[in-house]
Amino acid sequence: MKLVFEKGMNLSEVEVIRHYTWLSRRNFGVDLGFYPLGSCTMKYNPKVNEEMAKLEGFSLIHPLQPESTVQGALQLMFELEKMLCEICGFERFSLQPAAGAHGELTGMMIIQAYFKKKGEKRTKILVPDSAHGTNPASVSMCGFEAVEVKSDSEGNIDLDDLKKKMEKDVAGIMSTNPNTLGLFDSNIEQVCEIVHGKGGLVYGDGANMNAMLGICRPKELGIDVMHLNLHKTFSTPHGGGGPGGGPLGVVKKLVEFLPGPLVEKEKEKYKFGEVGGSSVGKVRSFYGNFGVMVKAFTYLKAIGAPGCREVAEIAVLNANYLKEKLKGHFKLPFDRVCQHEFVLSDEGLPNGVTTNDVAKRLIDYGFHPPTVYFPLIVKGAIMIEPTETESKETLDRFAEAMIKIRKEAEENPEIVRGAPHSMPVKRLDAVKAAREPDLRWRKH
Amino acid sequence: MLNPSDRKYSKKHEWCRVEGEIAVVGITDFAQHTLTDIVFVELPEVGKQAEAGKQLCVVESVKSVSDVFSPVGGEVVEVNKELEQNPGKLNESPFETWIAKIKMSNPQEIDSLISAEEYGEFVKGLE
Repeated sequence: MKLVFEKGMNLSEVEVIRHYTWLSRRNFGVDLGFYPLGSCTMKYNPKVNEEMAKLEGFSLIHPLQPESTVQGALQLMFELEKMLCEICGFERFSLQPAAGAHGELTGMMIIQAYFKKKGEKRTKILVPDSAHGTNPASVSMCGFEAVEVKSDSEGNIDLDDLKKKMEKDVAGIMSTNPNTLGLFDSNIEQVCEIVHGKGGLVYGDGANMNAMLGICRPKELGIDVMHLNLHKTFSTPHGGGGPGGGPLGVVKKLVEFLPGPLVEKEKEKYKFGEVGGSSVGKVRSFYGNFGVMVKAFTYLKAIGAPGCREVAEIAVLNANYLKEKLKGHFKLPFDRVCQHEFVLSDEGLPNGVTTNDVAKRLIDYGFHPPTVYFPLIVKGAIMIEPTETESKETLDRFAEAMIKIRKEAEENPEIVRGAPHSMPVKRLDAVKAAREPDLRWRKH
Repeated sequence: MLNPSDRKYSKKHEWCRVEGEIAVVGITDFAQHTLTDIVFVELPEVGKQAEAGKQLCVVESVKSVSDVFSPVGGEVVEVNKELEQNPGKLNESPFETWIAKIKMSNPQEIDSLISAEEYGEFVKGLE
C-alpha cells in the first residue's frame, strides 16, 4: 500500500517494501506489455545482458586502473567495435558518445573538423523534413545552419530540392534510413552521389538500424559517418533504464577526427591508442558507458551474424503485418512496403477523435501508446514500431484494440475522448502542465 | 475565423499590419489552430535585426516547437510582454494579439506579402 512519509516515522522493512512494490506496479515497461513506440525500438532487453554487466570483472573495475589489469574489458571494447564495423562497413567506431543525439553532435563536430582541416568554409547542413528533431538541434548546437530538404510524394528525399539546396557552402546532409516514415529511402544512393559530388559528407542517423541489421551496410549506401543506438538496435535498456550508448562510426578518411582514445591490439595485448592532433577530443568522461557496451556485446554474441539478419527480417515482417491489419481502419498516408515501423494518420477519424484520444484509449487496453504527432509531415501521426521480439498473438491483440477504438470513435466517441478510464490518473491537462509547470516536490 | 483585410499575410502564416513605418506582426488563426495550445513564446529581443523570411521568434505548443518568420526586415522596437505570462492569448484571439513591432528597413517588402483574400485561398489549398 501507499505510505505518506513523515519525519521521524518508524517503518518496518515489509512496510517499505510494500510501498515501493506498490509504486513499481504503477509503472509500465517492456517487461509488462507491448510498447510500440515508433522510432524508439523498444525491444525486449534480455536479462542475460544484465547478468554479464554485473560480472565483477566488469562492474568492479575503475577506469584509471592500469591497462594490464583490465585486459578483458579492453578486449570487449575492441571486439564490440569490430562487430559494429562489420555490421556497418565502417573503418572505426568511437564508443564514447553516451546516446544517439550525442553521437549526432560528435558526428557534426567531425564534419566541421574535416572541412576545417581542408581549409573549406562550409556553414550549412541539410536536414530532411522527416528527420528526428535531434538532427537540426545537433546541427545548430555545432554552429551550423540547418537547411530543410523536402520529402517527395513517395516519402523519399526530394532529389530536385536536394540538388537546388546542395550548394558550395553546404557541409553535408543528415539522412535517416529507413526514414521516420518507416520507409527505405530508395533515393539514398543518388542522395549520396549528389552530396559527394559537391564535396559534402553524408551523416547517417542510425536510430532505425534495426531494419537493416545484417541486410545492408550503411557505408555501402554511401554514408560517411553514422551513430548507432545501442539502447535501440542492440537491446540495452532505454530511457530511465539506461544509460544509453551512441557509438559513432566513420569511413577511413574521417578516422583521424574521431574522439579518442580508441582501443588497439598489439601483440595479443589491448591498450588505449594515442590520440592524434586532428581528433575532436573527448566527448565523454573516460571511455563512454561501459556497462552498456557489455550488454550490447552480449546481445551480439548471443544472436550472432545470422541472428542479426533475422532480427531485421522479423522486425520488418511484424511491422508490415500490423500495417496490413490496420490500413483498412486508419488512414495510411504512404502505402508502401514498410521497414521496421509505419505511420498512420488521424485524418478521417469521426466525431473529432484525434490521435491523442486513440493513444490514451490504448492505455485502457493495456498497451503503451505508439509515438504520436511525429513525424511532423503526417497529420496526427501515429507511428507504430512493434520490433521483432513480439509474438503474432500480441500483434493480433494490439490490432484488435486499435480496430475496436476505431469503432468506438464511430459509435461511442465520448469513451475515446475521455480516456484513459482505467488508470490511477485520468486525462492529464497537458496544456496547463506546460503553461504552469510545477517542478518542485512537496507534500500534499 | 475570417482573416481581417486591414493587413497583409505571409505564406508562412504570419500577419503584418502597417502603422506608418512600423509593421505589427502576429500569427494567423490557421497557424494557432495548427499549432494547437501554445504554451510558451520565446519573444525576440528588442533591437534584434529581423530579416524578411528568417526566424523572428519561437512558439511552443504541447505538440511542437515552431519558428515564427519575420514577414519584413527591420529592427524589433517593441515586443508583446503579455505573452510571457499568457501565451494562450495567441490561441484565443490571434488577430488581436501581436508578437512584435518592427521598424521596417525596406517598406517595399510589404508588397511581396499577400492579401487576406489570397491568404484565405492559400490556406484552403492546404486543408
